[in-house]
Amino acid sequence: MNLTQLLFYCFAAVVIGSAIFVVTTKNIIYAAFALFSTFFGVAALYVYARADFIAVAQLIVYVGGILVLLIFGVMLTNKVSGQKIQTQERNKIAGFIISLAIFLILLVTIQKANFSGISWINEIKLKGQELDPSTSTIHAIGIKTMTDYIIPFEITGVLLMMALLGAAYMARRDSGTEKKSD
Amino acid sequence: MKELIPLQHFLYISIILFSLGVYAILTKRNTIVVLMGVELILNSANINLVAFSQYDPQLLQGQMLAIFVIVLAAAEAAVGLAIILNIYDKFRTVNLDELDTMKG
Repeated sequence: MNLTQLLFYCFAAVVIGSAIFVVTTKNIIYAAFALFSTFFGVAALYVYARADFIAVAQLIVYVGGILVLLIFGVMLTNKVSGQKIQTQERNKIAGFIISLAIFLILLVTIQKANFSGISWINEIKLKGQELDPSTSTIHAIGIKTMTDYIIPFEITGVLLMMALLGAAYMARRDSGTEKKSD
Repeated sequence: MKELIPLQHFLYISIILFSLGVYAILTKRNTIVVLMGVELILNSANINLVAFSQYDPQLLQGQMLAIFVIVLAAAEAAVGLAIILNIYDKFRTVNLDELDTMKG
């Protein structure tokens, strides 16, 4: 095992460890900050899967956008003064059993799956045509976005605009109810 | 070119993240932590897509789908948090067990 592979397993440990912390801690702020390192680690795993653009997009969108939104949500939905910001849990045992069962089912499935028999992967491996880590995928992704994926791309643009406008409209404090509560 | 990381190892990490996300959704009472569980699940799906995509250099279908998943996750988080803020305005709590009134 060389250093690159060792680093991969370090990143994997970071991802799994911080994800376990996210689901076990009671403090929501700690969970949000552990989610930071989970997302960073996942971005590193994307680099190991030779997806440089996805890794950067992950950093910008998840770490820069979604996590900040989540922390805003935590701050705006708690009475910060005085008590601690905590989450309660319920059905701990049942939830643990269900998620463990899902994990075991998927684990057995992956171990029984015959990965060396997938023909399209073998074909690429035989020709040695896997994604080249020394070239960037941005060029290919840009061309694909503007040719094969132009319709999904445009629809996604409209959807994003709708979602953000809708979110801004909904989160706006309604002046009518505010007067009533006063 | 020699394979750096076996494909299965990506899948193992992904299923661990997936089951942790399911656990968070099932057990947490705070709505925002449930949203965090959803984000974990979306990330685990993305790891799978990207891991398989490295054997598909011509079409890059997995990576393209992963980009759209990231975009939809952003939209989902924005709308979800707007709904949570509205709920907090009305009920003064985001505890899922206490939110049992419709048209409150």
